[in-house]
Amino acid sequence: MSTLHFVALAPFIAAIFIPAFYFLFRRVHTGWFVLPIPLVLFIYLFTYLPLGGEPMEAVQHSVPWVPSLDIFFTVYLDGLSLLFALLITGIGALVVLYSIYYIANKDGEPLHNFYVYLLMFMGAMLGVVLSDNLIVIYVFWELTSFASSLLIAYWFHKEKSRYGAQKSMLITVSGGFAMLAGFTLLYGMTGTFSLQEIISQAGAISAEPAFLAAMILVLAGAFTKSAQFPFHIWLPDAMEAPTPVSAYLHSATMVKAGIYLVARFTPVFGGEPQWFWIITSFGLFTLLWGSVSAVRQKDLKGILAFSTVSQLGLIMSLLGAGSAAVHFDVVEGESMATVAVMAAMLHLINHATFKGSLFMVVGIVDHETGTRDIRRLGGLMTIMPITFSISLIGIAAMAGLPPFNGFLSKEMFFEGMLHAAQFDVFNAQTFGWLFPIIAWTASVFTFLYCMIMLFRTFTGEHDPSKLEKEAHEAPIGMLISPIILAGLVILFGLFPNMLAYTIIEPSMQAVLPDLLGAGEQFYVNIYHWHGFNTALFMTLGVVFFGALLFVNMRRFEASAFYLGERDPLNWFYDSGMTGLISGAQSVDAVQMTGKLRHYFMFMMVFFSVTMSYILLSTNALVIDWANAGELSPYLVLVVAAMLVATVAIPFVSSRISAVVLIGVVGFIIALLFVVLRAPDLALTQLLVETVMVVLLLLVFYHLPEIRKENFKPAFKIGNFVVSIAVGAVVTITGLAVHAFRYDNAINPISDYFVENAYELAGGKNMVNVILVDFRGLDTLLEVLVLGIVAIAAVVLVKFKAKDGEDV
Amino acid sequence: MEILMIFAVGIIFSVGTYLLLTKSMLRVILGVMLIAHGAHLMFLTLAGLKTGSPPLLGEEASSYADPLPQALILTAIVIGFGMTAFMLVLAYRTYKLHGTDNLDELRGTDDE
Repeated sequence: MSTLHFVALAPFIAAIFIPAFYFLFRRVHTGWFVLPIPLVLFIYLFTYLPLGGEPMEAVQHSVPWVPSLDIFFTVYLDGLSLLFALLITGIGALVVLYSIYYIANKDGEPLHNFYVYLLMFMGAMLGVVLSDNLIVIYVFWELTSFASSLLIAYWFHKEKSRYGAQKSMLITVSGGFAMLAGFTLLYGMTGTFSLQEIISQAGAISAEPAFLAAMILVLAGAFTKSAQFPFHIWLPDAMEAPTPVSAYLHSATMVKAGIYLVARFTPVFGGEPQWFWIITSFGLFTLLWGSVSAVRQKDLKGILAFSTVSQLGLIMSLLGAGSAAVHFDVVEGESMATVAVMAAMLHLINHATFKGSLFMVVGIVDHETGTRDIRRLGGLMTIMPITFSISLIGIAAMAGLPPFNGFLSKEMFFEGMLHAAQFDVFNAQTFGWLFPIIAWTASVFTFLYCMIMLFRTFTGEHDPSKLEKEAHEAPIGMLISPIILAGLVILFGLFPNMLAYTIIEPSMQAVLPDLLGAGEQFYVNIYHWHGFNTALFMTLGVVFFGALLFVNMRRFEASAFYLGERDPLNWFYDSGMTGLISGAQSVDAVQMTGKLRHYFMFMMVFFSVTMSYILLSTNALVIDWANAGELSPYLVLVVAAMLVATVAIPFVSSRISAVVLIGVVGFIIALLFVVLRAPDLALTQLLVETVMVVLLLLVFYHLPEIRKENFKPAFKIGNFVVSIAVGAVVTITGLAVHAFRYDNAINPISDYFVENAYELAGGKNMVNVILVDFRGLDTLLEVLVLGIVAIAAVVLVKFKAKDGEDV
Repeated sequence: MEILMIFAVGIIFSVGTYLLLTKSMLRVILGVMLIAHGAHLMFLTLAGLKTGSPPLLGEEASSYADPLPQALILTAIVIGFGMTAFMLVLAYRTYKLHGTDNLDELRGTDDE
């Protein structure tokens, strides 16, 4: 176990002790005990940053978990893992600090639950980004889904919270299962669960038939987790969670797990046209869909949720475009694609900072005014100046305005998409021209919802009558975290190059490892001013058209498009869920009738159909006349009598006749045993049949008066056909077995019994010697069966139910 | 001989199945009994019905009927007897409690 193992496990260990702290120190907010954990982890991870400028070396430690199944708990820390781990611990610490002020420590507030879930989530997330073994990644991955659902349903008495938690659980877990299937396929192709070893075989597996299936399955996991179209519908409903949770999970960390997965797997799948097209097109469509949907939202958290969806789409599309770099030769066109990866990494950091701060700001507005509805808010600028300033910074960064960090990544995004449109691989020329257009349109809408968010909340008239509380500025403790994040937004905006060699270069190196020779590294230099290039004019256009749309919002404010808030795709989810339930119920209603004869019918039909199929497919329809013994007239007569008695049973209408007939059949069978030289069988059969008939008569005699007309069944053609089919299948099987035995000259083992019955066992009656000597165990257990039956019969007859209670 | 017996067993199975599929509980038990008879006969038949002496060494015959299937059938008869006896007592008890022989009327609650 290395220290890095403990980085992932520490939150879990801490979570065990949190309830104790909660109950022991009731007066202290439990969050204070939690706060040191992410803080210490952040500081520890910070020491791994290559601050000296030399390229970062990956760190790897392995501990066996299930070695026989190739499952090792291997931690692997390179630039990409470090970037994510720093985000998780850093924002985690800020969120914990924020939550201390957000969730009051009052009686009945289950704070210990909150922090246990949060720590569980943090540990799981660190586990996902630090693990190298696919199965370990999967385990932590599902833990994040699990913890996320618990956090969404933190206020579990609310109907909507439970709905949101269930929805996110179902969608992300089904994606997780798909991902597990993809991992299994990868294991089948490479023989290892280690990601680094799979990457080293990347060239060889692209020709495998299951390669594409594995790619799509892994992507299904990534897309569901990262809320890509059409799986994004869980994210807006997850906004029922407490705001710190939304800030942490649903903007900065968990939803980026899918991004992480795509970036991680770029060396494996990248360079393939399917990977490029699926990720780029889904990402761009999600970007557009999310930004257009965000405009329609009236709830601030709703806007932020769809904004997150849209920004995740942006990062995803950049990773897709960047994956083309793997395809290119080292020199030609390489920088065009790597700029996309660089932009993805930069925007990942930027988005985590500004979206985290915006969620916290929205939480503050909610906390201090009692509502998040933009139709009731307004004019908070002068009342909450600090909150307003933080929002302004965050929103400007989200809209992509200079000098904030969002501007840089947006410029690079445009540049990356413009490059992608010019790729001469994967037929990018055919539809590639759409990339910049979609990207630009989505950016216009992004600008629009940013303006809506800012101006509807903070400017305009302040109307206290619409608010539940008297609005006032938040306490300073609540403001610390968003101020730090907003400070980072400015810091990264003004000095982007401090990120460049510390974190972006190492993470690019992790995403695109094959592009570098030994000792080489990427050189990233981010400037604000690129000169008058296309991307700059695109940004100017975004600002212009976005502002134009906002000014003219009155024109579409009354339209059905603007008024309808819910994502139309929810209809598919909801009706799919109800359809599944009603479908299962209708299948159940057909199948589970509660009637014994129906179940018998199913069994018999299944038996006949499968047996017929097997018999037909093996050509078993044979009659082996040659090996049949000779037909004695006496035997024929006996069999005929037996059959007559048998066939008559269904036709008789009185019970007594049926009992007599079954007795006749039994005695004729005893007679058959005599003829077929089985004296012991004949004796037993006679005895058993006699007792049985006596029993039957006893039961009949003791019966209360019962409608006799029910006894003779109405003739049912279905039952008749099934019975004939069963009889036919039994006959054909018997004939086939008979023929098979002689065809293959299978000799019975009975010669041994004949030879040794007297020699070894000292008995002359071979059947009895077999029963008590050679195969005595059968007899012992058979005696046991009879004993149990006797006890059960006594119990059934003797023990009466109390007070007419059913047995 | 074997062919005839196999066809006879097929008919017994048909009748047994038909009785299983009816509503009357006693008929279902009769069906089970018939199917058990059919199975025993099938067992004996498939072991071969060649002529020979009964499996008693005192006979000093040149060939004997196969003793193994006879032993197995003997076990099966006894177990079948036990099961049928139990079913009959169960049916008896059911009558006493519910006063009906009709399986369709013997259903649990609606939620089942």
